[in-house]
Amino acid sequence: MKITEREVTYVAQLGNLELTEDETRRMAVDLNDILSHIDKLNELDTAGVEPMRQVVYGGGEALELRADEPRPVLGAEEALANAPLAGSGHFKVPRVIER
Amino acid sequence: MSEVPVGTLDIRTIQSGLRTRRFSAVELAQAALAHAEAENPKTNAYLELCGERALGAARRVDEALAAGREPGPLAGVPVAVKDVITTRGVRTTCGSRLLANFRPPYDATAVRRLEDAGAVILGKTNCDEFAMGSSNENSAYGPVRNPHDLERVPGGSSGGSAAAVAQGTAVAALGSDTGGSIRQPASFCGVVGVTPSYGRVSRYGLVAFASSLDHIGPLARSVYDAALVLEVIAGRDEMDATSAQVATSSYTSVLDDDIRGLRIGLPKEYFTDLASETGELVMKGVAVLEGLGAEVRPISLPHTDYAVACYYIIATAEASSNLARYDGVRYTTRSAQADSLQSMYRLTRGSGFGTECKRRIMLGTYVLSHGYYDAYYLKAQKVRTLIARDFEKAFAEVDAIIAPVSPSPAFRLGEKTNDPMEMYLSDIYTITGDLAGIPCMSVPCGFTAAGLPVGMQILARHFDESGMFRLAGAYERASR
Repeated sequence: MKITEREVTYVAQLGNLELTEDETRRMAVDLNDILSHIDKLNELDTAGVEPMRQVVYGGGEALELRADEPRPVLGAEEALANAPLAGSGHFKVPRVIER
Repeated sequence: MSEVPVGTLDIRTIQSGLRTRRFSAVELAQAALAHAEAENPKTNAYLELCGERALGAARRVDEALAAGREPGPLAGVPVAVKDVITTRGVRTTCGSRLLANFRPPYDATAVRRLEDAGAVILGKTNCDEFAMGSSNENSAYGPVRNPHDLERVPGGSSGGSAAAVAQGTAVAALGSDTGGSIRQPASFCGVVGVTPSYGRVSRYGLVAFASSLDHIGPLARSVYDAALVLEVIAGRDEMDATSAQVATSSYTSVLDDDIRGLRIGLPKEYFTDLASETGELVMKGVAVLEGLGAEVRPISLPHTDYAVACYYIIATAEASSNLARYDGVRYTTRSAQADSLQSMYRLTRGSGFGTECKRRIMLGTYVLSHGYYDAYYLKAQKVRTLIARDFEKAFAEVDAIIAPVSPSPAFRLGEKTNDPMEMYLSDIYTITGDLAGIPCMSVPCGFTAAGLPVGMQILARHFDESGMFRLAGAYERASR
């Protein structure tokens, strides 16, 4: 076993995912399958190999960011338009601080 | 407008039809919308048609034509857009319950460039939830059916885009590709599908799945149409810092070029585990290219066998981070049971995400969690270097690589849903191109005895879309 149901429950907490008991059981089976396949990578000696974090282009292109100048952005009304709950120009969430 | 054969039109026919006044852009858009609405129940390719927006775009084309202005290279062309790409004010669900009512406040750059070129966006196409899947069975809005056999999957995750183009309810479509999600459905549905170089097309407005792997690209019924759509959407965009500052060129202008002397590599690792008909059809395609004067030689990409493992670490790690934003605060859906902030996150995500998304969030969270980062994520990034180097070495010897797209043609609905690992392994031949970031495409190369389409994959050097299209153009011409 690469991963137990208890570990699945812990990882689900980290990922903010509510899983049912059935889902937890099935998840442990699936993740074990996948992680066993992933073990394959240990056959490879990667000592001294640079990790590839992004696609690096062969050419000599320079990374050029756009000038940092103020420009019109999304207004509050548009930004809030898809919120399940909003009011007074803010997203509303369940109470976080006790008064 | 029954005299407009909307199901079989190509871009050039539309341009000449508009300019000779055989039909107006509005007439064409009306016919295309009616055709899509009538045909869609067969495949479930579209999730939403946006008639008003389409007719508005068509009207602008007609006005330009009436005023003698150039209406753009895609004037009047009915196009479908995968539902992971934002369209201002038009529902964009990403195939997820979580975004059931999401109306984006802005257009993706690729969408804007299409409309600036005169294209008429008909609607949004079905896909696997957040583009995670190889069969389109992970959509919260029901699977898409393959137009060639309605009991089979269209492939995924851009299954709706491929099916719409194959079915004739769009002339071209935008898809997205992270591990094969354009090429595999293109091959299953018998259309052309292009994954451009990483950085070639802006991802501004593409809902993020795995940021170091995500691409936007076109699907169409001909190589010319796919090349033209790519020409329109390609190029640096200052709204996407990862879009490359590399000159784009005319991909349509190389389609008639000679391919004599071009060196083509056949990677032996891609031909060992194939359905026999798939292998035969791809080799027939190779023979056509050889007949046109290309030099074919065997090559080796020795780390191919590690690609699936490498990909499912990197893609899920990035996905677990990108999908963290769906927490019940900003995007349309929140669990009604939540009484605290923490339970709002957990319940919204637990009830909102489908099984495959949950599996990938879990795997990604696990491989990034304390104590596992080096063993999994860092290791995978190093193996990614080895896979990219395989291609670099190969491209020192050859100008392009030909390979199958998928080990087998379209499978039956439900056939692989119970075994995620088996589904993942079927992505082996497409994942490698995404990991390396090179341009690759699927070109139809024939049908199996049962009538299922098969695609041949062409892979080329970074930013050598021209070389890739040159081969695709020559092949299409010779095989017609």
